[in-house]
Amino acid sequence: MKEHTVIRAVSRILIPFIQLFALYVIAHGDLGPGGGFQGGVIFGASIILYVIAFGMKDGRKVVAEKTSDILNSTGVLLYVLIGLLCLLAGGAYLEYTSLAAFFSGGEHSEHAKHLASHLGIYGIEIVIGITVAAVMITIFFEAARHEDD
Amino acid sequence: MDSVNNLPVLVVIIPLLSAILTPIIGRIIRSAGWYMTVVATFTVFMMALSLLFSVLDGGAISYSLGGWEPPWGIEYVVDYISGFVMVVVSLLAFIVAVYARRSVELEIAEDKASFFYAAYLLFLTGLMGMTITGDMFNLYVFVEITSLAVYALIAMGKRREALIASFNYLILGTIAGTFILIGVGYLYMATGTLNMADLRRLLPALYNTTLVRTAFAFFTVGLSLKLALFPFHIWLPNAYTQAPSVVSAFVAATATKVGAYVLMRIMFNVFTVRFNMEVIPVTSILLALSSLAIIAGSVIAISQTNIKRMLAYSSIGQIGYIVFGVAIANDTAVTGSIVHIFNHALMKGSLFMVVGAVVYRTGIEDIAGLKGMGKKMPFTMAAFTIGALSMIGVPLTVGFVSKWYLILGALEAHMWYLVPVVLISSLLTAVYFWRVVESIYFHHTDGEESIHCVSSMNEAPAIMTIPAFLLAFFCILFGIAAFLPVSVASTAAKMLLGVV
Repeated sequence: MKEHTVIRAVSRILIPFIQLFALYVIAHGDLGPGGGFQGGVIFGASIILYVIAFGMKDGRKVVAEKTSDILNSTGVLLYVLIGLLCLLAGGAYLEYTSLAAFFSGGEHSEHAKHLASHLGIYGIEIVIGITVAAVMITIFFEAARHEDD
Repeated sequence: MDSVNNLPVLVVIIPLLSAILTPIIGRIIRSAGWYMTVVATFTVFMMALSLLFSVLDGGAISYSLGGWEPPWGIEYVVDYISGFVMVVVSLLAFIVAVYARRSVELEIAEDKASFFYAAYLLFLTGLMGMTITGDMFNLYVFVEITSLAVYALIAMGKRREALIASFNYLILGTIAGTFILIGVGYLYMATGTLNMADLRRLLPALYNTTLVRTAFAFFTVGLSLKLALFPFHIWLPNAYTQAPSVVSAFVAATATKVGAYVLMRIMFNVFTVRFNMEVIPVTSILLALSSLAIIAGSVIAISQTNIKRMLAYSSIGQIGYIVFGVAIANDTAVTGSIVHIFNHALMKGSLFMVVGAVVYRTGIEDIAGLKGMGKKMPFTMAAFTIGALSMIGVPLTVGFVSKWYLILGALEAHMWYLVPVVLISSLLTAVYFWRVVESIYFHHTDGEESIHCVSSMNEAPAIMTIPAFLLAFFCILFGIAAFLPVSVASTAAKMLLGVV
């Protein structure tokens, strides 16, 4: 797609904004519409746009195969670890309010619990975003590679 | 105290966590996959055992995920039957994992080995989740996790046909999954809840609505596909034959059993016996299908030349037994079904492991090729013979125990005409296993084959023989000490049917 200067220029301008929007959607997930899945899909789409405009070789320079492979499982791993962190704090699995134990001594005020629940969901949204984006990228590369063969 | 409370979630999380860690650590240390799998499955087995004991002591355990109380949150329930099935699944997972090492070295490419173990653990995660969950949507999610892992495992078979077998299963498994999801959706539409206990409370008032009946029909067909009940069994023989030996042993011993367990849960725990017998005559339909499965599975098994395929068809017959007991739906027959989940896991696990060991040593999968194997691999073949006797249902083996309860159950329900089904099938089982046993012990090796085999005795490595032999030993142990599994199973059956 070497001759498509317009596509390349437009993608170059748009991609940072798409990614910023993806981060906004992820960050917004605990209070409004949005969340890890949607944000992850948008982020993955930005990379896919890059690969479409600049080709597989340049695309793999941005996200190496190893990177996307590792990110695939890192997201799930962190998800499980956040769940286990709640167990360590004395709550049930994924009971975010129990995370309050880590930053407010023995007593958990309503405020601390609220904050803990907030942070817990944030963490979950972020790691879901990582996994979804990485899986989108992996699937796209796999499909595109078979097209090449 | 805290850690005891959290066991219900840990039996699902530990295999999941190890499944994620295995490929990452496998990138650094090549051989780590097997060690991690063995440690993880052993831990899960111990946890499942301790959960079962605490249920035997103090009754059912309920765990609310994320601290959200049921019926709003997802609930995990450990009661007699789910505790029992979890112990069976994790025991088999552990024993097959120990056995797996050499077989995987031979059949799976070295760079794929850690992914193989990851899929194995993911499969275990799904099975444990399907067993423990008390939430309908969560059930669907775990069904999908199990299925996706098993497609990958089957596709790792060394022949190209493995891909076709896996793809066929993928299509049918997806249809089954979709049917289950539609069922879940309809029930949610009718009642507004996904919690099984809550559904049980709300459903009776809605038994006569088309929506609930349709939901039940979707569940029955979807689950019948998953557990390979007779007319829905087409995916199974190829999948079991083409999969790597380890996968055949593990999947044959556990996957369809957990499917049968889910069928019991939905028929008796979400719906009630009254619904199954009076509102929709589903028990009579299942009775007809399972009787067909028992006879047809055995008849087709007789004509097979490939031993893995023969065992696969025999599995179809054995699944028939489990559904047979469920369809009779009195507590003796259901006890038989639940015990048979355990017994068949032991027998089939052992038989498939033996076949895997033979393939490892000689590469032979044909029954005709087993001639004189009794001298070459005496220990392995002894395990096979015990497994075969147990499949036939000889007294003092586990096979006898489950058939005994199924026949008693049929008689108690005044369905004496079902007794010949079990007896004829035992006879047919004897026919197809005898063929194998005969060629193992009573045929001498042809001159041509003895060239391939230099030493007269050529036993498989101990790490493969011992697990296979252990399961064969259990076949006799629990055939004699039958009261151990039977007492748990009969309490479980009574609770399922609401007799107690």
